[in-house]
Amino acid sequence: MLGQLIKGVAAAPGINIGHAIWWRKEKPVFETRSIQDPGAETEKLDKAIEKAKEQIEHLRNIAAERMSEEEALVFDAHLAFLDDPSYTGEMKNRINSKKQNAEAICQEVTEEMSQLMASLDDEYMQARADDIRDVGFRLLVILTGKQPFDPSLLKRGHVVVAEELTPSDTAQFPEGISGMVTARGSKTAHAAIMARTLGIPAVLGLGKNIDQIKDGDVIVLDGDKGTIRINPDKETEEKIRQQIAIQNKAREQALKEAKADAKTADGKRIQVFANIGSLGDIDLALKNHAEGVGLFRTEFLYLENDHWPTEQEQADAYAKALKAFQGRPVVIRTLDIGGDKELPYAELPKEDNPFLGHRAIRFCLANPDLFKTQLRALLRASVHGNLWIMFPMIENFTEIRQAKQLLEKCKTELQKEGTPFAEEIPVGMMVEIPAAAITADLLAQEVDFMSIGTNDLTQYTLAADRGNELVADLYDAAHPAVLRLIKMTCDAAEKAGILAGMCGELAGDPAMTKALIGLGLHELSMSAGTIPEVKQNVRQVDSQKAKSLANELLGKSDGEEVRKVIQQRG
Amino acid sequence: MAKKKVTISNPSGLHARPAALLVKEAGKFKSTVKLVKNEKEVDAKSLLGVMSLAAKQNDEIIVRAEGEDAEEAVSHLTTFIEQLKA
Repeated sequence: MLGQLIKGVAAAPGINIGHAIWWRKEKPVFETRSIQDPGAETEKLDKAIEKAKEQIEHLRNIAAERMSEEEALVFDAHLAFLDDPSYTGEMKNRINSKKQNAEAICQEVTEEMSQLMASLDDEYMQARADDIRDVGFRLLVILTGKQPFDPSLLKRGHVVVAEELTPSDTAQFPEGISGMVTARGSKTAHAAIMARTLGIPAVLGLGKNIDQIKDGDVIVLDGDKGTIRINPDKETEEKIRQQIAIQNKAREQALKEAKADAKTADGKRIQVFANIGSLGDIDLALKNHAEGVGLFRTEFLYLENDHWPTEQEQADAYAKALKAFQGRPVVIRTLDIGGDKELPYAELPKEDNPFLGHRAIRFCLANPDLFKTQLRALLRASVHGNLWIMFPMIENFTEIRQAKQLLEKCKTELQKEGTPFAEEIPVGMMVEIPAAAITADLLAQEVDFMSIGTNDLTQYTLAADRGNELVADLYDAAHPAVLRLIKMTCDAAEKAGILAGMCGELAGDPAMTKALIGLGLHELSMSAGTIPEVKQNVRQVDSQKAKSLANELLGKSDGEEVRKVIQQRG
Repeated sequence: MAKKKVTISNPSGLHARPAALLVKEAGKFKSTVKLVKNEKEVDAKSLLGVMSLAAKQNDEIIVRAEGEDAEEAVSHLTTFIEQLKA
């Protein structure tokens, strides 16, 4: 069907167009045979193992060069498996005992071992099952001598289509790939992370619908909406190409202009900052001329690790960000984790309502040793730049005081140890619980700055789970109820003489820039990619007009009405 | 044959990194070394084996070795497990 639209998971942003190329992964075909000479068969397996090691080492080097040492780590695991007595060792034992060909034994042991790992009650171990299948597949391809998909066929402008893409696959993408589409995979899949690292759009999780794509089809990917269109008619294709050209040109232009700090048309300074979720995001933030970091999420240090990150490991990561921003503010948020997350090395109790549960500052105050490790790491890193510390999910006075007391305790400890730290470190809080916005005038007495987290503030205010598709139409950060809470927070901050910023998704919505400035925000923090466009918008705003727009919005009946007014009045 | 019981004390148990470290230590001995937890026995020189044991903090495991340096292996590895930090 011409121009069919298929919906998947929006896994990496951007619009692009290209020609489909299937990365097929048919299983290598072989028969199970009895063999006479186990020695010769073992030798064959040994040679295959050696060849697999060469291939993986090559992939490891590419990954380390083009991505990061972190991305390369997965290949170290693959190499370790090839030497593992329970895996390749077991294959050799079985060739001797069962007297069957290496291919059959390799498949059998790979299946058993991956099933064993998948059955463990541990997300990290379960993920190793995929690694074992990946290695086993490689061995089988070598043993059967069957040529798998040849990655050198990939060219600039291709959209890679596959059931699933592993890190070994994506590491071989050449420059200029237009995007990737897979049947399986989610936002957090390896492939999604890789796509975002490489800066190409990705739509994953298409399921069976992916079979409608044939090699050479023209594919339009919308990585923001999570849709693809197969073989659009000429007219649509032309339109989309124009859209992409406009998008790219506008991006280029905005990027050029983004170098200068953002000020409104009437000269009011608005800080446009980046949200950062991993060390890899730092470069992207700098490229897009972020004026600082409004939200440095520290969760990645905990989630992408196999142990509680140590003080040194954390201090190194924070120092890296602080140094990169050369004296510009870097707001680092302390750990925001709860029952919805799984740590590979510790069990967080499952909760019926993790977003109303024992998470973020609540969890940290209940685990002062863990919390202190992070606070000490932050203090130690503070000498490398302009550190601001922010506590998440503050709901009352006591929490903020306790957190600050712990911070003071850490300072005293470090002083005694003779470890230096910055003298002036602003301490702030996230405003993401309606209670905090409503009592912002009281809480403002305790902090140096406030940053509004609209993602949670919206779901708490509207009682609409942001991950639940059934209530997706209720979840709208532009709802006047949310806007009123933002206004209350900004007013309270201004009265107390402290800064009010925003680090939720709303801050990066270019359509909202004017309204947000009108509500009284001084700092907007967002994903790096939207910084240039938002800066452009800031420069067109007249702050008096913005104020009257904001006041009008507060009286609208719902988010839809709000957006309508914004569209009309620009 | 030598064997000794040991309690895992580090918070993350015999998880990825501790498991990898332990396998490396076990590899230094000539003896065959096994870890046993609740009847389940794995090769201490196999990372996949050790990981599949899924030994957590406060679990008791037995280190068992057979071979010329068995005594040494058991005493070294049990101490090593006791001293795991992360």
